[in-house]
Amino acid sequence: MHIVVGTRSTPDTAARLEVTPDGRVDRGDAPLVINPWDEYAVEEALLRAGASGGAVTVLALGPEEHQEALKHALAMGADRAIRLWDDAWTGLDSRGYAAAFAAAVRHLGDVDLVIFGKEAADEASDTHIFQTARALGWTLFSAVARIVALESGRIRVEQLLEEGRQLAAGPLPAVISVLRGINEPRYPSFIGIRKAARAEVPVWDGAALGLSLPAPAIQVTGLRLPPTREGTCEIIGGDTVEAQAATLVEKLLAEKVI
Amino acid sequence: MAVYVWIEQFKGKASPASWEALGQGRAIANALGIPLTALVFGQGVDALATEAVHYGADKVIAADDSTLADYRLEPYAALLGKLVQEEDPQVVLAAATSRGRELLAAAAFDADAPLLADVLTLDVSDGALRASRAVYGGRLLSDVRAAAGRTQFVTLRVRAFRALPPDTTRQGEVRRVAPTLAEEAIAVKIEGFEVAAGEVSLTDAAIVVAGGRAVGSAEGFAPLRELAAVLGAALGASRAAVDAGYISYEHQVGQTGKVVSPDLYIACGISGAVQHQAGMRSSRVIVAINKDPEAPIFKLARYGIVGDLFQVVPALTAELKKRLGKG
Ligand SMILES: Cc1cc2nc3c(=O)[nH]c(=O)nc-3n(C[C@H](O)[C@H](O)[C@H](O)COP(=O)(O)OP(=O)(O)OC[C@H]3O[C@@H](n4cnc5c(N)ncnc54)[C@H](O)[C@@H]3O)c2cc1C
Ligand SMILES: Nc1ncnc2c1ncn2[C@@H]1O[C@H](COP(=O)(O)O)[C@@H](O)[C@H]1O
Repeated sequence: MHIVVGTRSTPDTAARLEVTPDGRVDRGDAPLVINPWDEYAVEEALLRAGASGGAVTVLALGPEEHQEALKHALAMGADRAIRLWDDAWTGLDSRGYAAAFAAAVRHLGDVDLVIFGKEAADEASDTHIFQTARALGWTLFSAVARIVALESGRIRVEQLLEEGRQLAAGPLPAVISVLRGINEPRYPSFIGIRKAARAEVPVWDGAALGLSLPAPAIQVTGLRLPPTREGTCEIIGGDTVEAQAATLVEKLLAEKVI
Repeated sequence: MAVYVWIEQFKGKASPASWEALGQGRAIANALGIPLTALVFGQGVDALATEAVHYGADKVIAADDSTLADYRLEPYAALLGKLVQEEDPQVVLAAATSRGRELLAAAAFDADAPLLADVLTLDVSDGALRASRAVYGGRLLSDVRAAAGRTQFVTLRVRAFRALPPDTTRQGEVRRVAPTLAEEAIAVKIEGFEVAAGEVSLTDAAIVVAGGRAVGSAEGFAPLRELAAVLGAALGASRAAVDAGYISYEHQVGQTGKVVSPDLYIACGISGAVQHQAGMRSSRVIVAINKDPEAPIFKLARYGIVGDLFQVVPALTAELKKRLGKG
């Protein structure tokens, strides 16, 4: 079984962010890490490929900085990493992303399953996942909490939806997105890190994929900090907890939130 | 030309967020001067179609068939795609639920059209849609616009928009359409569904009571459950509480859990790490109960009580029972 994982690098989730005068994100000296949701995707691919004697290829679409996520996946044990990038792709929207990612999956040729993390923690985007499935014309299951079975050309999954847990099945090849809790991602081993550091990551561009992408139809016109909430907290005092509770309930009734 | 809103249903009942989407659809349709059409797909959906009119739709396109009983991407996207292709709506909206995100992304891709995903605000300027989205775990807001000229797809952050009050005197035309795929042509099968018993859905909830590491054990959640029961609230949790096994992952709020925007969020024994904030900072009123006056959660909260949650939470429950006339 050949499993592909889609990943990207994101700033550490604790990074203090600023917006530069020309409207870009300034993450200060905070490090780039693998998108936290993607660690579950890589781990699931390693477990499933391991069980079937298969291989794991990780793909990241984007400039140099996305190398970080690929190296982390290699250090965890992925067999192969490829970065997809072409300077002509700057400003790509989710449709372009999906078209390029799908072309790379097709180029690999023998892929049975593509696994993504639930979303990109920075762009908060999952659109590219669903659209990649569409571009490939494959089965799609999102919000997968557990792979129940992966055999005989079919996949059965448990999905976590708003109302509860759904059990669903469909044919391979498929694209899935996985949730935290599906597994416990391993830490890269020392040997893994050394191997990953030495690995050459090839870059596939538009020419390699025989691809020219549609002009982006979504434009980001601004980036800003949200209105601050700091400094507005009213600490409820009182001689007893009962008195504090009574005051708080009074306030909440006045706010009309209960 | 019309504004379409997809009404999501589960076992014949509309998801509350669909009425929020319809409410915003009304505003967009009015701004563009075009009609508002609700799309209702399912089995036995007559009551839903009527309800959609009460919540603001001018027209309803209803597809009633066993192949559409449960949401599945293939038949739903095929039908939505056909409607978009034949009728060329200007805007297609849906709530950014698990299913809504997936369906509109697929339909937008098929139609070669732009999608503004999970937006917090949405308005029209010069015939084009403008929206804002929360990015980087809500630490930044991004303003986006879609290229004008084609159908534009938008999913709306759950609880970021308001539903209109239902008006049962409203009348609207209901048009029936047939599904596009027969069961034999649909590869995906739904084999079962386990509905979370007796619990309020976290993302739809108007009030969330959340517990952190300080809750200390699974039994420690009991007082929080009692408070939630009195308020009709959903139960939330920090990742530390989930990782310690006090409560299941479904309840996790934050960067790697769910994003919620209730009217009231009561954080009990949660320090307020930025990854937790990512899931709850857009709550309208935040209450923090924490014994450490320096906890970062107080920076975000509107009201705070510095104290032991095991004393404060039961006192709050008792007071609410008194005031709300329950128990
Ligand atoms: C990539 C990544 C993703 C993450 N995603 C998430 C996420 O989605 N959601 C999330 O929540 N976290 C997430 N985290 C973890 C986050 O950084 C924090 O570790 C976590 O939120 C802490 O949970 P907590 O507030 O319950 O625990 P703590 O930080 O330990 O806080 C416990 C608080 O309880 C108070 N307390 C103790 N006893 C009492 C008492 N008796 N009464 C009242 N108060 C008391 C303490 O003063 C303290 O403030 C993520 C971290 C990373 C690195
Ligand atoms: N290197 C990458 N790896 C994974 N996802 C990416 C990468 N580059 C861009 N994307 C995603 O593609 C998305 C475009 O989708 P959208 O925001 O829906 O237009 C971006 O927001 C990212 O989430």
